[in-house]
Amino acid sequence: MSAPAVQFHHDADRLATDLRHRELVHTALSKYEVKRDEMKARFQDWQGARALAAATKRKAISQLDRHLEQLARGLEARGTKVHWASNGRQACAIIVGIIKARNARLVVKSKAMTAEEIHLNEALEHAGFEVVETDLGEFIVQLRGEAPYHIVFPAMHLVRGEIRDTFATKLHDAPSDNPEELTMVARRVLRQKYVEADVGITGANFAVAETGMVSVTENEGNARLTAALPKTMITLLGIEKIVPRLEDLALFLPMLATVGAGQLISGYNTMYGGPRQPGEADGPEEFHVVLLDNNRTALLADAEQREALHCIRCGACLNVCPIFRNVGGHTYGTTYPGPIGGVITPHLRGLQDWKHLSYASSLCGACTEACPVKIDLHHHLLQNRRNSAAAKPSWWQKTAFKFFVPVANRRGLWKLVTRGGRLGQRLHPLIKGSRLDPAYCWTKTRELPPVAKQTFKEWWRQRK
Amino acid sequence: MTVTLFIPCFVDLCYPQVGVSMVRILEKLGHKVVCPDEPACCGQPAFNTGYWDESRAVAEKVLDQLKDAEVVAIASGSCGAMMKVFYPELFAGSKHEAAAKALAPKCYEFSDFLVSKLGVTDLGARFPHKVTFHDGCHGLRELHIKDAPRRLMAQVRDLELVEMKETVCCGFGGTFSAKFPAISTAMGDVKISLAEETHAEYIVSNDSSCLMHIQGLLDRQRKPIKTIHLAEILVQS
Repeated sequence: MSAPAVQFHHDADRLATDLRHRELVHTALSKYEVKRDEMKARFQDWQGARALAAATKRKAISQLDRHLEQLARGLEARGTKVHWASNGRQACAIIVGIIKARNARLVVKSKAMTAEEIHLNEALEHAGFEVVETDLGEFIVQLRGEAPYHIVFPAMHLVRGEIRDTFATKLHDAPSDNPEELTMVARRVLRQKYVEADVGITGANFAVAETGMVSVTENEGNARLTAALPKTMITLLGIEKIVPRLEDLALFLPMLATVGAGQLISGYNTMYGGPRQPGEADGPEEFHVVLLDNNRTALLADAEQREALHCIRCGACLNVCPIFRNVGGHTYGTTYPGPIGGVITPHLRGLQDWKHLSYASSLCGACTEACPVKIDLHHHLLQNRRNSAAAKPSWWQKTAFKFFVPVANRRGLWKLVTRGGRLGQRLHPLIKGSRLDPAYCWTKTRELPPVAKQTFKEWWRQRK
Repeated sequence: MTVTLFIPCFVDLCYPQVGVSMVRILEKLGHKVVCPDEPACCGQPAFNTGYWDESRAVAEKVLDQLKDAEVVAIASGSCGAMMKVFYPELFAGSKHEAAAKALAPKCYEFSDFLVSKLGVTDLGARFPHKVTFHDGCHGLRELHIKDAPRRLMAQVRDLELVEMKETVCCGFGGTFSAKFPAISTAMGDVKISLAEETHAEYIVSNDSSCLMHIQGLLDRQRKPIKTIHLAEILVQS
């Protein structure tokens, strides 16, 4: 087992039996579910909207090269510097280079899962800069030294008492566990940081090829301050964030808000096309856009699974996933948890090391049903399983299934298995639930069904 | 009509009463029932684990045994999904592709077979109990079967159906339940809590594989709520 798989099993075993955690996730998501369904009902035709979104993303991705060039031309025409990074290390080096050249010290950052993916904060801190997350949830998990728990709700796993304690320890300012008061504490700290910061880094939710603009969605106004106040703005985004036309956002912005957070539309939706233009009152003096590949083009080359690049990182598949709901986001040990993480992480970080995420699914399909851009998530999990088993089969599973073929196919052997089952069942109580039990993984928590006195096939043959 | 039954391995071994009930119902409706002696399995365990060559070796036998069938009624939504949805994918580009594509439209999960193919909803059954219904995920999301079992239950005398608050997986997932037993058990516990909230005496399903998982947990936890396959209810009078 790979190290990430060992960690996953360890943490999953712990959290799956943690009833407090289960209740916490359930409570947090049940409010979201009500709002999500309310907002979905406001669409005249939700299924039609999904089909349109999928078709739009398919078009965007199938001509990705053309769309990216169009995006870059539009951005550059307004004085933006566009950088191309083929992997995370390159992207970090580009961003560190920009900041160093400005003799900057303090960096404010709004929420960006792409930055988590490439471990940008570690790279910046390693280079000697101070980085401050400005999204409230991200700010909290940063103070705690944790990764975001969820793509959209980074601090979903925390209750207000824990946030108060974090603020008390790290900020020495925690008047109560009242959410408003705690928010005001964060606001006071962050406002000062915006003013002092030399560089602001944002992610992007969409990039519009037609107009050459990046679109940033948020609810706290923190991304706007991150973009507007420091002299230098850097936006990091994966190349799959592209949509062809501006009017596509008329669909995607409400869709993302609906399934992402149960909102009709997010609080702030801003388009950035370049640095401050002549005659404009505010905005950064310099604007850099870093376009990240990081194995996305390899996924693009995979005809079977390239639609995974349609993902708008809304988190809808996490929220409905019974596995995510029982093991939580940190258990996945990587940036993108849940079903979409199980699909793309093996592509982004290596199939053999991360295939366990593709196996950690009952294939119930709730994710596929929830996905607003209709990614066939649970079938892609199956394909990852097939690919991993074909490339590097597990000897014991291969042997077991090889043995199973004649047993399933030959009447005589199946009869033998039936009799063996009955015999094994009589001996089983001697070892049941112990480590000697070959069915321990089942019998630790469950009873096995008894083998029938007369199986169906036995009954059928007798009847005939 | 001659109906070919496909009795999955675990139904044959542990839940023969489900197959027997299907035979009795179909014969009562005047159909001829046949059931090939081989094979025992649809090949899904190997398929879901990624071992498609081994899965194909089992599935080829299924294709061969069912090639002359007029219609196939299947005792499990999960195996039904395997044969109807995944066989064409499993055999894509192989010499068995045509056979897989020919078999797919002939396959029906049992409740869907009764309602959609035969147009029957009232089997004259009586079951004086309060029940809740568990949708097996493969039946629900691969085969899109939601109404058929409910329409059948609606015609059962004295049966009271109370729906669970959420539609969620029971946590079985085939080899998933053995690879990730803790997660699988947690999911099953969530399912059982939802069922208990309905105060039903029985959890009914059209998929014995889910019921095997749920009943396994119930037995271990010594809980009074019982599981039963829909076919077993429909045969009662």
